[in-house]
Amino acid sequence: MTASHEPNASVPRHSAAALTNGFAPLEPKRPRRQFAAMPARFFPVRAAVSRRLRFVSGSAAALALAIAYAALTEKKEATDALLPSLGAIASSAVALVTGADFWTDIEISFFRVTAGFLAAAALAVPLGILAGSFRLFSSMLEPLSEFLRYIPVPALIPLVMIIAGIDESAKVALVFLGTFFQLLLMTADEVRRVPPELVDVSQSLGATRLEVVWRVLTPAALPGIAQALRICNGWAWSYVVVAELVAATEGLGFRVLRFYRFVQTANIYVYLIAFGLIGLGLDWLFKILHRRAFRWQAADA
Amino acid sequence: MKLVVRDVEKRFASRQGDVAALARVDLDLAEREFVSLVGPSGCGKSTLLHIIGGLERATAGKVLLDGEEVRSPGAEIGIVFQRQTLFPWLTIGKNVRFSLGLARHRLDAASAEEGQRRDTWVENLLRAIGLWEFRDYHPNQLSGGMQQRAAIARALVARPDLLLMDEPFGALDAQTREEMQELLLHLNRLHRTTTLFVTHDIDEALLLSDRVLVFSRRPGRIQREIAVPFAADARSAELKLDPAFIKLKRLVLAELHHAPSAERESFLLGSSSPER
Repeated sequence: MTASHEPNASVPRHSAAALTNGFAPLEPKRPRRQFAAMPARFFPVRAAVSRRLRFVSGSAAALALAIAYAALTEKKEATDALLPSLGAIASSAVALVTGADFWTDIEISFFRVTAGFLAAAALAVPLGILAGSFRLFSSMLEPLSEFLRYIPVPALIPLVMIIAGIDESAKVALVFLGTFFQLLLMTADEVRRVPPELVDVSQSLGATRLEVVWRVLTPAALPGIAQALRICNGWAWSYVVVAELVAATEGLGFRVLRFYRFVQTANIYVYLIAFGLIGLGLDWLFKILHRRAFRWQAADA
Repeated sequence: MKLVVRDVEKRFASRQGDVAALARVDLDLAEREFVSLVGPSGCGKSTLLHIIGGLERATAGKVLLDGEEVRSPGAEIGIVFQRQTLFPWLTIGKNVRFSLGLARHRLDAASAEEGQRRDTWVENLLRAIGLWEFRDYHPNQLSGGMQQRAAIARALVARPDLLLMDEPFGALDAQTREEMQELLLHLNRLHRTTTLFVTHDIDEALLLSDRVLVFSRRPGRIQREIAVPFAADARSAELKLDPAFIKLKRLVLAELHHAPSAERESFLLGSSSPER
């Protein structure tokens, strides 16, 4: 009791309660084991887990998906046309990969993507650097690009076919149109993201305006521009498939539609998996090159 | 006069109306003079530095360097910021040499002799700041103090007529800060550049400067000018303990706090016998 050894009897007994405003003082609770189902060794918040653990968990998730699918195909309603079994998909894969069409399709689609993408990059990156560096170029290029990039690429197909016909140039043009405006805007954003101090400092060191753009803004924005290229390359693959679905005689997109007409569902799966793998491979390549080229950016050198 | 600042005013438009950041600042710097600006944070001393450097425009008044009006940043005025501003994609050596690769300094093939002279000079500078061994490192591989040393060297290589330093050591820890002050004193003895130095560290200002200008609260103006009479070779960390130094520091503090009470002053100075 507080009052028993209180020297001054005039202090009211309830003063402690008055001080805490009527709330009971906080008593520390006994620590409880948190999330028993998620031990901290496997689930540290935002911290690293071992490489092996990552591999095992990643493979387990993929395996679980495969098993779920296999279970579905076991049902009696599942026909090869509706849900081909994993075995059927695997044998289709072997047949396709050993045939010639598969590789021609990849080659021709790859060519279309790359031609359109490189043309877009070769134009959009320099223009984007100009737009990011000079407000006047920005006001000439960016509102227009903002407007044009909202026109869905598939909606452009009829117009492109009227103008460019149905041969290669039409597909390349579609990929170009799909990526050019995005790339220009993303590049301009990257240039604008360069800290203004770098510009101030370089001017105080005697750099002319062109030198500021070429020797400071461009190299400073380059890692971000490379990221933009990687992202746009992913989109370019979508656009080429859209183009090939409409009017083509070869290419991955064309072939998928053809498999649909002949109800070769297992083949469709094989091509979809191929898309995923090509995307992963290109992404990986971009990342490797990025790490090589921009080693100066890594904080953990 | 090397630098002449006349009636410089700066006002910002805000939702509450015009806000005065600087109120009629006059300032002169002689050739090779080192002058510090101290003042409460937000008093506009950095704004003034930016105006002098041509990075910001004054609402009124003008800035003359060697009699010519400063309108935009250029090679005449070197700037060192508090924030890290090395070019991260260049090595330390290339950062320091950046100005030499620009069109205004580029040499034609005929002047190999001049090129060699420059190389020696840059090498000596890098050695003086202790970064010669690190010339092939990238900035992200070095500590904050090393980066700031390189930034100072980079500014000096361009041989500016005026060097502006905006709290260049503000982001560094106390010990590195002292090393940097020593280094700056050393560089000043080797090659003196007219310098305007903004800091909120009074010790630093007194140690480095020929004159200390005390800024008032917003709207900022120069409230008091204090000459620092110490000889160049007397300036070192030791000097901070000198009674004459402490007396000057007291003077600056009194100015900063306008009418300080004796207790406050002794508290701030950490001394037991406040005297005037």
